[in-house]
Amino acid sequence: MQIIFYIAAIIAIFSTVMVITRLNAVHALLYLIVSLLSVAVIFFLLGAPFIAALEIIIYAGAIMVLFIFVIMMLNLGREAKEQESQWLKPSMWIGPAILAAIILVQLIYVLMANQNETFNSTVINAKQVGMSLFGPYLIGVELSAILLLAGIVGAYHLGRRKKASVHRFFEEASE
Amino acid sequence: MISISIETGLLLSGILFLLGLIGLLVRRNIIFMLMSVEIMLNAAGLAFVIGGSRWAQPDGQVMFIFILTMAAAEVSVGLALILLLYHRFKTVDADAASKMRG
Amino acid sequence: MLELLWIVPAVPFLGFLILAFLGKRLSRLTIEIVGVGSIGLSALFAILIAINFMTSPPVGHAFSQTLWVWMNVAGLSPGISFYLDSMTVIFMLVITCVGFLIHLYSAEYMLDEEGYSRFFAYMNLFVGSMLTLVLADNLVLLYLGWEGVGLCSYLLIGFLYKDPANGYAARKAFVVTRVGDTAMGIGLFLLFTKLGTLQIQEMLTMASDTWQVGSPLAIAAAALLLGGAVGKSAQLPLQTWLPDAMAGPTPTSALIHAATMVTAGVYLIARTHVIFELAPIIMTVVAIVGAATLIISGFTALTQTDIKRVLAYSTISQIGYMFLALGVGAWAAGIFHFMTHAFFKALLFLGAGAIIVCLHHEQDMFKMGGLRKKLPVVFWTFLAGSASLAALPLITAGFYSKDAILWYSFSSEQGSPWLWAVALLGAFITSIYTFRMVFITFFGEAKTEVTHRPGNRIKIPLIILGVLSIIGGFIELPHTLGNWPAFSNFMHSALPEIHVPHEIYSIEWVFQIIAGVLTLTGIFIAYQLFLKNTALKDKITQAPISKALNRFWFSGWGFDWIYDRLFVFPYIWLARINKKDVFDLLYSGIALVNRVLHVILSLTQTGRLRWYAVGIVFGAIITLYVVVFA
Repeated sequence: MQIIFYIAAIIAIFSTVMVITRLNAVHALLYLIVSLLSVAVIFFLLGAPFIAALEIIIYAGAIMVLFIFVIMMLNLGREAKEQESQWLKPSMWIGPAILAAIILVQLIYVLMANQNETFNSTVINAKQVGMSLFGPYLIGVELSAILLLAGIVGAYHLGRRKKASVHRFFEEASE
Repeated sequence: MISISIETGLLLSGILFLLGLIGLLVRRNIIFMLMSVEIMLNAAGLAFVIGGSRWAQPDGQVMFIFILTMAAAEVSVGLALILLLYHRFKTVDADAASKMRG
Repeated sequence: MLELLWIVPAVPFLGFLILAFLGKRLSRLTIEIVGVGSIGLSALFAILIAINFMTSPPVGHAFSQTLWVWMNVAGLSPGISFYLDSMTVIFMLVITCVGFLIHLYSAEYMLDEEGYSRFFAYMNLFVGSMLTLVLADNLVLLYLGWEGVGLCSYLLIGFLYKDPANGYAARKAFVVTRVGDTAMGIGLFLLFTKLGTLQIQEMLTMASDTWQVGSPLAIAAAALLLGGAVGKSAQLPLQTWLPDAMAGPTPTSALIHAATMVTAGVYLIARTHVIFELAPIIMTVVAIVGAATLIISGFTALTQTDIKRVLAYSTISQIGYMFLALGVGAWAAGIFHFMTHAFFKALLFLGAGAIIVCLHHEQDMFKMGGLRKKLPVVFWTFLAGSASLAALPLITAGFYSKDAILWYSFSSEQGSPWLWAVALLGAFITSIYTFRMVFITFFGEAKTEVTHRPGNRIKIPLIILGVLSIIGGFIELPHTLGNWPAFSNFMHSALPEIHVPHEIYSIEWVFQIIAGVLTLTGIFIAYQLFLKNTALKDKITQAPISKALNRFWFSGWGFDWIYDRLFVFPYIWLARINKKDVFDLLYSGIALVNRVLHVILSLTQTGRLRWYAVGIVFGAIITLYVVVFA
């Protein structure tokens, strides 16, 4: 079972690298879905089946589909691909790679400071999570509800097609 | 069901996060930047779940649910904004919206 | 009566205040009354106080009066206090009485000028400051008066400020005397730190108690005080300002630059004579400075054409005589010469002013002439003054005072035959240039027409001063001519007596004969060259060596030229290269750094999202580093 974890980890890392290096947006999204799926596998292995399912349904299923819809609506076309290749010169990667490497070094340093004791993961099923949500984390649930409400209202407002609004003064004057 | 050390898990989470960070810094297309942010959020959630699994408590998963909720709301609003930006500037270049007034 | 001493300086100050603040609104007559009357009142009180002092002298022949304590800081507590002894009486009388006559004269002289009230305000301020100077009981108050007269000199030289040349002359006078004032200031610091007090009598007793004769501190203090005196009295090497100060109106030249302010140096040395006596080498320097100055300016006066400049150089020369007298220890003789000089020099300046204004502002002597018949009062008084200046034997005041100086420069213990020889040569030159001036101005054919006659207010002071120039010397008759040294006796209570080896007394008459003969010879030579036989004069002056000498002497022996090269040009050059003001860079540098930093930092505000993300990552790295590793 150990090896599945490492395989899923490698697939996740590889597909994430693919996401950030693709020129075509749809390709990148597909790779992102693969990455999310492998992370879901890891969740399963860690004894969090509920979360793994949620990851697939919501993250890969809803959010990524939303992305795909928006890209379809934008209708970018061939010239977008050329533009992307112009923007992605190899020299662009050096700076961020160095910064990320520094943080990675710091992270490894912190992690290696502790001993590598392993633990056995027990399964924590949906019921336990549910009891926790409706128990101590009740307020968090309410707050997420409000956040979703804000999201809905915001998305609706931003997506509205506005007619060209003329002040009624000018409306009367143009008649 | 498996036994891994928490350091390995956190290392995986960290690598995914840093990859998202690199993507955010390098890509100029707004959509790709948003995707990179999603990668980062996912990596953070992974870290939470690993932590919760280590202590055999549901708290990590609860946190992940919240992160998921927040990511959903953020993506919907963010994509709406991207559409508006595209209508305004006729391009998905993030640097197009860099003129600060005054 | 002596308690009213404070009125003497206070009234001129009051006059200044009234004229300074209300002058614009007063009528001409009121300004005259206030301006001249204040000095007149002061003179009246001075005369009464002097009579009181002479008939019933106070204890110790000195009177002091403190009005209030000026300041009290770190052991220095000078008061506004006045000190009256016999020397002060003489100075006070001369300043107020001659000052009054000059003010009366200028009431008519300045009638056509604008700024009538301003003139009298400045003149009153001057008289007040000068009186403060001579009446001061401590050196701080004396320095106040010193600075006050310097200020008034500047204001009055540049009185006609619309002409920039007058401003330059005023500035030059101020700057040159400032050099002397700084030396004097340092001298005051030295005296205070070493002797603990600046109250004059206390300080002098302390000095004679603590310092040996010839001690370096005494030499330093005396040298510094001499520096101040040299500046104010226009002696070598600071004599360059006085000829240019003739740009001021003539009454100013008469009062400030002839009778009173330029004698402030003489007063200072006489007042602090104890310190000078403790430094015999400085006394010798004083005498040498006096002798050198009188010879240099005598030759210069011989070549001048402007009548006021002749008188200016003559003033420098006569003050050289006073310095010579002080330097050889003939204190009373120096003060006596000051008194007679005030009479005849003020008279000569007033006469010159009358000539200038009657000839419609013509100052070149060679354009005058034939005024003997046209301006009789001016001619006779001017002749009296010139005779006194040239020390015409027996009948003029100048003879007695100059003769005393000549005698003492030879016979005193600190005197020497060389000093006497130089002074004698100076007397000879004096009589030549004086009568050159008289003959060219008053005799011969008239080259400029007389446009108006002098009024009473000009004539009366001239007559009074003319009489004084003749009879003023009779109060000090030397041994050979009556032996009535009333003036020296009066001075003995304030100044030390001079020591003359007794055996020399018998040959005093020889020196007097020599001096008298030389004076008459000088007058005769002037008569021959400038009146009778002008062809001879032309032949002499055409010779090339005469031309070179003329140029050299005319420029005051090149002092202005040297000072220009040594001090003025380098300073102007420095000011020019510092036009951007290097020292300001210190402050503008801070602003510059700020601006540069601003420009640099504003480059970080790009508005680009990824740029800001990079910033966040940087911050995260640093924070991680600090938290994890530190």
